Amino acid sequence: MTALLSVKNLTVEFTTRDGIAPVIDDLSFDLAPGETLSLVGESGCGKSMTALAIMGLIPSPPGRVASGSISLAGENLLQAGDTRMRAVRGNDISMVFQEPMTSLNPVFTVGEQISETLRRHQGLTRRQAKALSIEMLDAVQIPLPTRRINDYPHQLSGGMRQRVMIAMALACRPKVLIADEPTTALDVTVQAQIFDLMRAVGKETEAAIILITHDMGSVAEMAERVVVMYAGRKIEEGCVDDILARPRHPYTRGLIACVPHLLETVSAERPYLQEIPGMVPPLSDFGFMGCLFAPRCDRVETRCWQEKPKVTQITPSQSAACWNLQEAKVRVDA
Amino acid sequence: MTDYSIRERSLQPTVARVEHPLIETARMFAGNRAALSGLAMLFIIVVVSLAGPWLYPTDPFEMVWSPFSPPGAKGFLLGTDYLGRDLLAQIIHGGRATLAVGCAAALLSVFIGITFGALSGFYRGWIEEILMRITEFFQVLPTLLFSMVLVALFGASLGMITFAIGIVSWTGVARITRAEFLKIRELEYVTAARSSGASNTNLIFRVILPNSLPPIVVQAALLIGFAILFEAGLSFLGLSDANVMSWGAIMGNNRPYILLHGFTIMYPGLAIFLTVLSISLIGDGLNDALNPKLRKR
Repeated sequence: MTALLSVKNLTVEFTTRDGIAPVIDDLSFDLAPGETLSLVGESGCGKSMTALAIMGLIPSPPGRVASGSISLAGENLLQAGDTRMRAVRGNDISMVFQEPMTSLNPVFTVGEQISETLRRHQGLTRRQAKALSIEMLDAVQIPLPTRRINDYPHQLSGGMRQRVMIAMALACRPKVLIADEPTTALDVTVQAQIFDLMRAVGKETEAAIILITHDMGSVAEMAERVVVMYAGRKIEEGCVDDILARPRHPYTRGLIACVPHLLETVSAERPYLQEIPGMVPPLSDFGFMGCLFAPRCDRVETRCWQEKPKVTQITPSQSAACWNLQEAKVRVDA
Repeated sequence: MTDYSIRERSLQPTVARVEHPLIETARMFAGNRAALSGLAMLFIIVVVSLAGPWLYPTDPFEMVWSPFSPPGAKGFLLGTDYLGRDLLAQIIHGGRATLAVGCAAALLSVFIGITFGALSGFYRGWIEEILMRITEFFQVLPTLLFSMVLVALFGASLGMITFAIGIVSWTGVARITRAEFLKIRELEYVTAARSSGASNTNLIFRVILPNSLPPIVVQAALLIGFAILFEAGLSFLGLSDANVMSWGAIMGNNRPYILLHGFTIMYPGLAIFLTVLSISLIGDGLNDALNPKLRKR
């Protein structure tokens, strides 16, 4: 399996009042062509920052890529110039944002906005771009695309706008689609539709998808592989089935336990919703030379406070960074 | 039967009637009586000024009768000025220059203002520091005095007067544009546009500027009125192009006789007043139409 997108030892630092904090700390993962990979973690774990780093859009200052590499089909994007990156964005890698209500330019019709991306990257004429835009709107199952193309964003509902965003993101047939919590702002019935759509259109355009989410339920539904992030570090990686069935890191286990009825066998034994006590440490604590999850962990040992956990390869596809790897299934509390 | 057709209809995908934002704004504007009357008034003023030389071909520079003939005398509707020139002809012919200077000066200041505001709001950092310090320099400048110096130094041609007015009145536009840019550049659709490969030029002209236009348009409309007043002020003080008749110039010419023959100043003054009033009404109407949330009704 050759990787399409390969992130190696990526470290992104933010300069804060308290000093320099690594919001992404030595992160590595690979994305195969056509694969769906999910980045999971709570808010503030560096998921969105990873997406922005791949797009080359880390807000700077205060952010800065300190080390590592991000290569797309062998090309190191961190060394690419501004012009090259502009050609990559929207064409090779594109992104769908969390808030469909605010991610479309309110003064242009959705057709103009899709066409603009197409004309910018594919050098199409106005007419060709319009025809392709209609085709894309049709592909994302917007009814009457020939007329909807003249609509302004405010005339569409949230779900419709997210479809437009997906149409826009996939219009140039990118190799990688980054979806940053694409369904968080939508209601549940629409979420399922959007996932189905992303899967279908993603498959059709052969785009690999990076799905950023904090919801293990979405992961189970969408992804093939998972990277679990905590406080800027990768703490577990593996196939979805393995991770859901045999989570090895206490944090992954906690995330799964938070979702009711994700695993049928568990729900009966688990009458109450679980939570992970505490919260993600503040940015100033990032980069601490122990395990950052230690304060919230129920299996914490002295070693966890002193040394950064080593990554253990459990199976060829699954690895976790913990001093006290779990063998057990999802925790069941009384 | 009816039931069936209703159900049938609700199953059909429908599209709400699409209305271009400009049409929507025009509709809001049309509902505002004050703004509409302002527009009507300005329309008449503009038409008369443009067509005036054909409607009323009397040469405004020609001495046609004895000086200071009162309005109505010898068929001169508004009388004659201190040289015995037809006042009505002067007002009708002078509108062109006045409106032209007003619009050109407003255009110039909007252009400078948007450039300064957009660059400093978009790029921030040292560009913003430099441009905003320059803006502040122009803000604290005594505007009338500065314009007078410019016109006095470089000659009272129409072009110089326009430049002198434009160069002192752009700071408001710059500050408004910068504020809008600072607000909009942080919005998600700017990041989204960036992530689809938009260049900085693209972001400025296609994404941020169109979204920050409403307050700028209102300011631009009001600037025309301001520029007309400013031109009148300069002319009143004697700084007008002697070869071109303008409302301000009429007032300036007759200034020494203001106490004896007030009408020679009153009529051009009235023309200026009505023009500026109509522009202000239009500006307010635009403000209401473009920012419906700000309406205090």
